[in-house]
Amino acid sequence: MKAVTGHRLFWPAAVLVVMLLANLVVTPGFFSIQVRNGHLYGSLIDILLLGSPLMLIALGMTVVIATGGIDLSVGAVVAISGALACYLISGQEDQGAVTGVLVAVALALVLSAALGFWNGLFVARVGIQPIIATLILMVAGRGVAQLITSGKNINVNSPPYKLIGGGYWLTLPFAVIVVAVVVALTGLAVRRTALGMLLEAIGGNAEASRLVGIRSRRLVVLAYTFCGLCAGIAGLMISSNISTADGNNAGLWMELDAILAVVIGGTALTGGRFTLAGTILGALVIQTLSTTIYTTGVPSQVTLVFKAVVVAIVCLIQSPAFRAKVFRRRARPEAPPPASPAAADVEVNA
Amino acid sequence: MRRKLPAVLLSAALAFVVTACGSGSGGSGGSGGDDGKITLGFSQVGSESGWREANTKSIKESAQTAGIDLKFSDAQQKQENQIATIRSYIQQKVDVIAFSPVVVTGWDAVLKEAQAAKIPVVLTDRAVDSDPSLYVSFLGSDFVKEGEAIGDWTLNEYKDATGPVNIVQLEGTVGSAPAIDRKKGFESKIASNPNLKVIASQSGDFTRADGKEVMTAILKANPKIDLLFAHNDDMGIGAIQAIEEAGKKPGVDIKIVTIDAVHDGMQALADGKINFIAECSPLLGDQLMEIVKQIKAGQPVEKRIITKETTFTQQQASEALPSRKY
Repeated sequence: MKAVTGHRLFWPAAVLVVMLLANLVVTPGFFSIQVRNGHLYGSLIDILLLGSPLMLIALGMTVVIATGGIDLSVGAVVAISGALACYLISGQEDQGAVTGVLVAVALALVLSAALGFWNGLFVARVGIQPIIATLILMVAGRGVAQLITSGKNINVNSPPYKLIGGGYWLTLPFAVIVVAVVVALTGLAVRRTALGMLLEAIGGNAEASRLVGIRSRRLVVLAYTFCGLCAGIAGLMISSNISTADGNNAGLWMELDAILAVVIGGTALTGGRFTLAGTILGALVIQTLSTTIYTTGVPSQVTLVFKAVVVAIVCLIQSPAFRAKVFRRRARPEAPPPASPAAADVEVNA
Repeated sequence: MRRKLPAVLLSAALAFVVTACGSGSGGSGGSGGDDGKITLGFSQVGSESGWREANTKSIKESAQTAGIDLKFSDAQQKQENQIATIRSYIQQKVDVIAFSPVVVTGWDAVLKEAQAAKIPVVLTDRAVDSDPSLYVSFLGSDFVKEGEAIGDWTLNEYKDATGPVNIVQLEGTVGSAPAIDRKKGFESKIASNPNLKVIASQSGDFTRADGKEVMTAILKANPKIDLLFAHNDDMGIGAIQAIEEAGKKPGVDIKIVTIDAVHDGMQALADGKINFIAECSPLLGDQLMEIVKQIKAGQPVEKRIITKETTFTQQQASEALPSRKY
């Protein structure tokens, strides 16, 4: 039992299960999955599909946080990537042409990776603190997105583009497949090679890792580039899902959700050890919370309070220090035998 | 001396700018009064949406047709820019100042300066919480009325309903004036028919993405939905996608009513995916120029003027669509 509860993924997983079960009680059909229009249909599928962009962004964020950094610009990169792809597609004569969509997607991803690279240079080469370095792009990036869209929503009508964030492949949401592939590749790269360990070393102690000969600068730039790329893919998904690039609102405050997902997943913001699986669970917890609010009909005025309370509880449960305190207090009255004189005294006095 | 040099240069430059401004504004202000042409100084919020863009365009075009000399400035969503602009208009001695305030509070000082300079001020589109004596008139939409227009349509549409009618409401940004007022207007109207029931009401933050996400979840939880009321077109368009993905027909299986009448919304209305739209018009330019002329002619102007707005059915949308400006 202790081996199970002691596992670092136990608490995020437990929180997710409890949330899903609570939904089942309130909405009996919550777990039902049907096949409709040739694809899977149900609340659980919604959580996976709508949670896909957050899972990707949080994945990139985990790698950056592992190096002891943080990337606040991911929300802006989401907006830029979606804006560029939709702008390019909307300019084509045949919006449904697969090659045109592929070119647009490729360019958007190259730009996103370049923006991540830019962040990485600021952090690793120029030596600006990550929170400041990425704040620059966070503030300016949304302006860039609006520049691309000229301040309007760009609508696209392109079935191949729609596939990325709203389509289905083999009855599964395509976005979920993309996330699964990216997570699997990242997992292989960081856990089957020394890459993960090197990242953790940099996050744990940058100076020491430099002294043992790790080329930390390169790896840090790589981490930010990867994070930008992940945000870029997420931006494609978000704009594809609604077939619209919204420079004003796409990815707004998503950096905060991503950081929250990483924290709920059990990776410390101080850098060092990280867990990709935990981050995915964290992102699912956040998306499940949103879906729960919408399906159960929490009044919109108290939605934010409800979210805040749940997140606070989740973070407290996650904290080993908090758990230790609570469990010790609970354990104390049980520890002495029930008829101990001390306990009796207290009762009499009370 | 070396340290003082930049300061000297700076003050010299400043002095030049100030004198340049002074002489320039004196000239233009004087000429404005001489040739009988009215000068209107307008400070816009920014250019954050298609709605705002249409608003700007309307004001510029109307000023030209009305023969009013318009000085236009974009505050880029910042109050300090707007206050600076209004002060410069006061210096230039324009005839009337109009602006769409970025925020509600903090206007007393600059409005008093305008009053001291005897320049009348007109608010457009958004209100301020300053004393009403500090401005002449407030021209803008009445959000409660827009909600009531939707409520009236709903009452009429379901007047013969014998069973309960399940209504879903997608609210705007929590706490924003349009969200509060549109909800109030709509719910006060439909209260007279006990069959009309709002079974779910959630905020979609006025955006397409959130409108879609919220509607997707609501569709799962509520198998029978008859009517969807979205506080703006964008959320309605997002919800249409969610409804289609659930295998239902928007406009038929679930009727949809929205507010705004922006281009994409009107297109959906003409396509039969939305059933009714109450307009929230940005085209207040003509009315604004009318007010400016009245003020200049010394005629009394009403304190609260509501933008001329209409409603659209599917038929009216297809007719109006080709000539819509936004």
